[in-house]
Amino acid sequence: MSSPVEPGLKSAAKLAAAVRAGESSAADALAASSAVIADRDEEVHAFLHLMTERAEAQAAAVDAKIAAGEDAGPLAGVPIALKDNMCTRGAPTTCSSKILEGWHPPYDATVIGRLEAAGAIMVGKTNLDEFAMGSSTENSAFGPTRNPLDTSRVPGGSSGGSAAAVAAGYVPLSLGSDTGGSIRQPAALCGVVGVKPTYGAVSRYGLIAFASSLDQIGPFAHTVEDAALCFDVISGHDQLDATSIPEPLAPTLPNLHDGVEGVRVGIIDELMGEGIEPDVRRRTEQAAEALAAAGAIVDTVSVPATIYGLAAYYLIAPAEASSNLARYDGVRYGQRVDGANVATMNTNTRSAGFGDEVKRRIMLGTYALSSGYYDAYYGKAQRVRTLISNEFDAAYENFDLLLSPTSPSTAFELGAKSDPMSLYMCDVCTIPSNLAGHPAMSVPFGVGDDGLPVGVQVLGPMLQEPRMFQAAQVLENAAASGGAA
Amino acid sequence: MSDTTETKQVLPDGWEMVIGLEVHVELATKTKLFCGCANHFGDEPNTNICPTCLGLPGSLPVPNEQAVHFAMVLGRALGCSVEPGIFARKNYFYPDMPKDYQTTQYEEPTNEHGAITLPDGRVIAIERAHIEEDTGKSTHLGGGGRIHDATATLVDYNRAGVPLVEVVSGPEMRNADEARAYVAELRDILLATGVSDARMEEGSMRVDANVSVRPVGSDELRTRCEIKNINSLRSLGRAINYEARRHVDLWTNSDQPNQETRHWDEEGGRTTPGRSKEDAEDYRYFACPDLPPLVPTAETIAGIDESMPALPAARRAALAAAAGVGEADTLLAIERGLDGLACETIAAGGDATAVMKHVDQNLAEGQGELTAASFAALVSMEADGALSSTQVKTVLAELVANGGEPAAIAESMGFEAMDTGELDGLLDQLIGDNPDEWGRFLEGDNKVQGFFVGQIMKATQGKADGKIVNQLMRQRAQG
Repeated sequence: MSSPVEPGLKSAAKLAAAVRAGESSAADALAASSAVIADRDEEVHAFLHLMTERAEAQAAAVDAKIAAGEDAGPLAGVPIALKDNMCTRGAPTTCSSKILEGWHPPYDATVIGRLEAAGAIMVGKTNLDEFAMGSSTENSAFGPTRNPLDTSRVPGGSSGGSAAAVAAGYVPLSLGSDTGGSIRQPAALCGVVGVKPTYGAVSRYGLIAFASSLDQIGPFAHTVEDAALCFDVISGHDQLDATSIPEPLAPTLPNLHDGVEGVRVGIIDELMGEGIEPDVRRRTEQAAEALAAAGAIVDTVSVPATIYGLAAYYLIAPAEASSNLARYDGVRYGQRVDGANVATMNTNTRSAGFGDEVKRRIMLGTYALSSGYYDAYYGKAQRVRTLISNEFDAAYENFDLLLSPTSPSTAFELGAKSDPMSLYMCDVCTIPSNLAGHPAMSVPFGVGDDGLPVGVQVLGPMLQEPRMFQAAQVLENAAASGGAA
Repeated sequence: MSDTTETKQVLPDGWEMVIGLEVHVELATKTKLFCGCANHFGDEPNTNICPTCLGLPGSLPVPNEQAVHFAMVLGRALGCSVEPGIFARKNYFYPDMPKDYQTTQYEEPTNEHGAITLPDGRVIAIERAHIEEDTGKSTHLGGGGRIHDATATLVDYNRAGVPLVEVVSGPEMRNADEARAYVAELRDILLATGVSDARMEEGSMRVDANVSVRPVGSDELRTRCEIKNINSLRSLGRAINYEARRHVDLWTNSDQPNQETRHWDEEGGRTTPGRSKEDAEDYRYFACPDLPPLVPTAETIAGIDESMPALPAARRAALAAAAGVGEADTLLAIERGLDGLACETIAAGGDATAVMKHVDQNLAEGQGELTAASFAALVSMEADGALSSTQVKTVLAELVANGGEPAAIAESMGFEAMDTGELDGLLDQLIGDNPDEWGRFLEGDNKVQGFFVGQIMKATQGKADGKIVNQLMRQRAQG
């Protein structure tokens, strides 16, 4: 296991401060990032495409602003990687699918505009499981991404490329999307911080939909502080997204170090038992102890419906996906495989363009929504979703935050989980937050028996990101001072 | 409006039609339902498009507040309860539908349970009036012009995402006349509320007719066919009658219709089969996760009700009462938007019969600069015999064009009632000049009467009163 992180690319906050102070430049930061990528990414394969031209132009613009004495923004000169399911104007955006090969969106996702306005430099687009469907980044039409900490292992998924890009030290920040754990699980497996914000806190405009009621964009970072900094930049109302929360959001950065004195934290009983590796369970218990040591009031809490989360998720997410992915029909963009008539062309295009896991979920979702089966499958899954929300609400009457493992295990080897069900199990701890729309994040907390990182998950109620980040900061401090030894 | 030759004796004795209509109404918004693109008919193909109405990956819909408001106004005008509405996705593949699903309302439409009252007093239930987006427009090249055998398909997405309200009636109409009266009434409501320009020929109002038949006295609902591609009120009547006859023929020959969509062929005067129920799609409706529910507040609904303009049924009743006529005689005035003027003119003392006559015969272009006061004064001058009917028309046209005082206009045009003596002289001279024509008149050929009236009008430049000329001619003939 190597620790290849370039020191200058470890902290977005410090890098931006140095750039803003004129001690470093955006151009230098970009050059350092490019050098590490060139050195390492042939092996890791975090990136699908680099946006060199745009990145250089952005870096020049930031440096010009600073030279002119203007405010270059809180992320001035910070290189950032973007999961390749976020639209970038004029640059390839593939969702790791052959069906979108060659398509260049005519517009930027809202988060891209916000990052650019904050001075960030878009380095490139990262690998993912095709259309964000997977937990290992092995389901990419363009080949898997490897875990930079141990390249025989997966980085997790579906945002494995973005997690690996940070873990490998290419960039201090990256964006992923989380539908059932696709930010938090790879963050845990790559030993970085990963945040799934409250549904509606970050605009989905320009995020290519997998399951619209669950998808949410969030940051990866080495530190809780960087994650908070990035969240504050990308969050907030967007009139282009009707599900975006209209009220102003409280910033997380100002009170990040307020601690957890008197904060009530509940360990979710159902996520500490069978199916969770003992070393992961032990780290989670140690994390709870660290919070208690910092003044939190820690207890266990039962949220029984969480065990049905996985089943409900694998009906709701595929159902939405079956509709969201219908538009890839060969008519307007992306790949087209001709046929004798339009219907045959549609079929040929989709048969050739989608990978097996995508097809599996489209079929699953189509079935779940079919007339005669809707009530038994999709309808019942929606009722489970409501039940989970209600149970979380009940838990939050007695607790301010909840705690659980992020992933049942540390990073596994490529090819180890070849049957879909065992891969689906990777998301058992993370899915409930997506179903409820609540924020949750993964923080590295020590290593497992195999020496690979373990992540613990901090969960909060709607819009309680500030408190969630405060607890995560306490855990980061505890891990750094030997609390996870 | 009525086309009686086609609706009498359409079906054999003992059969009746069951007709329900689905009318798609394009809302007259500036922009589309879910994006900022122009909602404008007739522009160059694919010029009013953006990532959202093209359904590009990553794009999202945001509801157009004006469209939602218009839909609720229409709902209230139709007497619907306006409820929280939920957008759903109707999933099926079609190249002119960019997302391969249509955003519509399914289980929870914005408007439910209304009614339209026809001019003859019959009440037709409205089941729902829901909001949905329009599709683009396909042109299939090669083959039979249908998608299945086309060699190429051209798609114009300008119409994709245009806001529609689909108004669905109960299966309550019993003949083509009623169906046409229903559509005409809905059109008048749309025009009165301003929510649509309701032009059938431009497709801003599109009617699909569900037609079945049954024995008179039965309350069963037999297999229906949905007829599409109806582009005028006349086609609606023809299509319904054709289809109903076809159904009766099938039933009386121990056969039965298939439940299917059929296309009206205007030139052939018949319907042809389209998609049948066997290959009907399962649309897999579910609530659209990109769009929150539309929840109208009590204030919103109260505000809509307060600013609701007078609707056609109320306007017919008001004019019928003011003019002392039946509601059927007020239709032209309502259609021309002259009912307000007519009521005011009658209230200002204008003779109701004369006012209604001018509204129906001489004001096809609308009111223009004409006011109730000047209209009433003109009608009085006519009644007093101060102006001939030809002169009245001329003055009326001037009042519509430029306004003014009828007496002053008549004077400036040199109009004054001619005395009978002058007309007597002119008539004698004409009889002398045209002895053959006069002879025919005496033999009872009334057609030449027009010749003499015309010649006198010419000689007097329209100042003569035709009615008086007729009287003088009859006096002479009777000797």
